[in-house]
Amino acid sequence: MTNRLATNEDIPNLKEQGRAYKLFRRILRSRNVTIGGFVLIVIVLLVTIAPSITPYGPTEQLRRNRLEAPSAQHLFGTDNLGRDILTRVLYGGRVSLQVGLFSVAIGATTGTILGLISGYYGRWADIIIMRLIDVMLAFPGILLALAIIAVLGRDLQNVMIAVGVSSIPVYTRIVRGSTLSIREFDYVLAAKALGIPDYRILFFHILPNIMAPIIVVSTNGIAGAIIAGAALSFLGLGAQPPDPEWGLMLAQGREYIRVAAWVTTFPGLAIMITVLAINLLGDGLRDILDPRLRI
Amino acid sequence: MTRYLTQRLLQTIPTVLLVTILVFLMLHLTPGDPAEVFLGDQRSTPELLENVRETLGLNRPLHVQYLDYMANALQGDLGRSFRTNVPVVAQIENRLPWTLELAVTAMGIAMILGFGLGIIAALNHNTLIDTATMTIALIGISMPVYWSSLLLIILFAVNLNWLPAIGQGGIDRLIMPAFALASVSAGSLARMVRSSMLEVLNQEYVLTARSKGLSERVIIMRHTLRNALIPVITILGLMFGGLLGGAVITETIFARLGIGQLYVEAVLQKDFPLVQGMTLFIALTYVLVNLFIDIIYVIVDPRIRYD
Repeated sequence: MTNRLATNEDIPNLKEQGRAYKLFRRILRSRNVTIGGFVLIVIVLLVTIAPSITPYGPTEQLRRNRLEAPSAQHLFGTDNLGRDILTRVLYGGRVSLQVGLFSVAIGATTGTILGLISGYYGRWADIIIMRLIDVMLAFPGILLALAIIAVLGRDLQNVMIAVGVSSIPVYTRIVRGSTLSIREFDYVLAAKALGIPDYRILFFHILPNIMAPIIVVSTNGIAGAIIAGAALSFLGLGAQPPDPEWGLMLAQGREYIRVAAWVTTFPGLAIMITVLAINLLGDGLRDILDPRLRI
Repeated sequence: MTRYLTQRLLQTIPTVLLVTILVFLMLHLTPGDPAEVFLGDQRSTPELLENVRETLGLNRPLHVQYLDYMANALQGDLGRSFRTNVPVVAQIENRLPWTLELAVTAMGIAMILGFGLGIIAALNHNTLIDTATMTIALIGISMPVYWSSLLLIILFAVNLNWLPAIGQGGIDRLIMPAFALASVSAGSLARMVRSSMLEVLNQEYVLTARSKGLSERVIIMRHTLRNALIPVITILGLMFGGLLGGAVITETIFARLGIGQLYVEAVLQKDFPLVQGMTLFIALTYVLVNLFIDIIYVIVDPRIRYD
């Protein structure tokens, strides 16, 4: 290999490849994004091909092998009903990832629309929406989700709704702020002067330009939603037995914590690794896309 | 400043009002007949349902019921539990000290750890120490309370046998739940303190202080720390909320008979007066705490004017 500096001829068309390419390069170079993204891809893959990894079913009971310690047959051991914990952790991952994605979809979509309206129109729309957001913010932490479950009843679908709805304020606030600063830009004024309808201005002129913070907050939001969703199931308000769900598995394993710690160790580890990977990814994306959000 | 404070106070009123309306409506928003919810698993007959409606006043117009509920609430009466018939206020009073004990201890631990780690990381910016501290903080944030609680129990109660696994009363029963509860807040606080410190360290007046030849200690204590801590105040309210929410989980795991544990039980049993009363109580407390923090923020940082 010759030792010479790279010249422009070595990287042709760099300019033509443009912003997307440069952004992609920066993303690949970020350690947080690559590590987080890689782990996350592995998790998604494992969870998707779960049936071909494990010979057991998620609710299959091997009555002779109750509370068996981890072994070659059962890498993560078995629970009190003789169910293979590895299998249940893999299937539980499907549930948790779904809860994360659907909750964020609900929260981010609703929150973004409210934020766009509130920031763009101002005046009464702004006052009314922001009062509503204040009311939602009056319920601390997971309490709003709990109150929603109290009203809707307990099951997994309601958990997604509850967690999603309680995350709306985060998105509304951030979108409103960004919209406020962008609506005065010349291109928005120009679009208005051309008589382009409001919904087109909101969704085609403003929204694409405020996507960065939304993507960053949504990514970390998925991690938060997974934790909150599993928490609700842990409390008995979400997934119901015999479904494999990480929070529920932790709750059920509590009784056997003195004799079989593995029943709780592995589902908990699964939650932590997943959440850690998503948070790493989110932190990396934030540093690249929107350094202002850095905390 | 007086104008800002008045405005801030006036803003709180509609929020509080809306919260009370929503909380009141909870029972009526549930699918199904409120009277049937009251009867729970009991078999209902039309006469029985009518009887329940009569006693609970459910057959009156909604706004009358709401005004009645509020009039009673203002006199410290939030109704009685559907299941035990004990007054809601008495139950809250009974449970509150345990939750306060837990939340305040956790807040203290979170602040010591959060400020400590954050400052250490900022002063060693871009070194191994920085990376290590921030990794710890990230793990703290990513570790769900219910799992860290169980790990603490496995380690200190089951294996080492140092601490009792569950219950309340005495510092030995407080340590584990308080640490578990504090870990998430400590992590996010550490990150916040670090970035706030770094921002201030880049300010020109810090450069000026350096060029004057002031010692590093004076620069940190006098010029950096005090300014860096101001924005952190805003996160304290959020933290308090997080701790209240987290108490729901820690109290359930450690079988502490506090507000959070009562709340979960009330939701599970569909005990609506209890759920409503506690939601109202917690939300109002939280609104007031945030109001208080906002006011402190303006007093501490004279640069801020919300006009």
